[in-house]
Amino acid sequence: MEYIGIIIVAIFVNNVVLSQFLGICPFLGVSKKVDTAIGMGLAVTFVLTIATIVTFLLQKGILEPFGLQYLQTISFILVIAALVQMVEIVLKKISPALYQALGVFLPLITTNCVILGVALLVIQKDFNLMESIVYAVATAIGYAMALVIFSSIREQLALTKVPKALQGIPVALITAGIMAMAFMGFSGIDQVFK
Amino acid sequence: MNKQCKILLNGILKENPTFVLLLGMCPTLATTSSAINGMSMGLATMFVLICSNAVISLLKNVIPDMVRIPSFIVVIATFVTIIEMVMNAYVPALAESLGIFIPLIVVNCIVLGRAESFASKNGLLSSVFDGVGIGLGFTLALTLLGASRELLGTGKIFSLSVYPEQYGSLIFVLAPGAFIVLGYLIAIFNKLQRKKETISSN
Repeated sequence: MEYIGIIIVAIFVNNVVLSQFLGICPFLGVSKKVDTAIGMGLAVTFVLTIATIVTFLLQKGILEPFGLQYLQTISFILVIAALVQMVEIVLKKISPALYQALGVFLPLITTNCVILGVALLVIQKDFNLMESIVYAVATAIGYAMALVIFSSIREQLALTKVPKALQGIPVALITAGIMAMAFMGFSGIDQVFK
Repeated sequence: MNKQCKILLNGILKENPTFVLLLGMCPTLATTSSAINGMSMGLATMFVLICSNAVISLLKNVIPDMVRIPSFIVVIATFVTIIEMVMNAYVPALAESLGIFIPLIVVNCIVLGRAESFASKNGLLSSVFDGVGIGLGFTLALTLLGASRELLGTGKIFSLSVYPEQYGSLIFVLAPGAFIVLGYLIAIFNKLQRKKETISSN
């Protein structure tokens, strides 16, 4: 029950993009086509899950016992950068098909604040390992879902007539705003699971 | 000195990180629920930008090309840790309201972008001026966005009442308002920029 609560809250109520504002750059950058949005969503899911486990173990196993919490930001970002590189190399060797699908998006993920953001949030919320993993996967699903919905709207939007000044990013941002408004309708749903 | 002025203005207008380059969108949207929050986020980023630009321009001949991005990230992360500790110590309430977005300055593409495209190619003085210029551009944009949202949402600017609060619409302070107000601000900026270009081409 507790896990279901975490999942519902992470996907709908506190959606990473639409209410926590993490990962906006790729959200605007790769959302012109549904295909690329799905690829990016999968890549984020993959990396986010691994990165959260690794940074969680780093925090509990090394930083906390030795009193090195002030190195959190530096060590997390380095671990994430190294991890993304490693995932890329391993994937290339083990599963060329998956690499073909996700390859382009992997380098972009290092600077995606969702990864570092979730790694820090999990520590802040004082989750245990299992809760962290559930939270990471649910957040990634929420991200992928928002990205796919947004890209389908933008595909439609590309065919419509938009005032000149609003073309491109401005109208995309306003669309995202309306989507965020729709997602606000989910707020309060988490009370059911408490 | 003329050159430095140009670099400074370039950051504020021609290459404004928020309105023109569209970089660093996450803190732009997340921390601008009020003018003061937006401004503090901008100033924190500006501090990191200036310091990291200065250090990277000094170290540019020492850092091997192969490992330059990780080295830049370490430099940036160091300054982010410093500002995080300073804010936690002296302005805990502000640090609380900016929350996770202070450590996230590390992954702000503006900082790494300027390190890669400017500081690693230019001297110390120019790099510092570039940091100030881009930092000011970012701070101004964030303050403007924060002030617009605060005004529309609660009828105040910097907590000074402009019109009665009950006429404000709360949606602008909440998440959707961030996207919508930023969308319109960029549209206005585009419009003004285009007007200026047509005037200068005539």
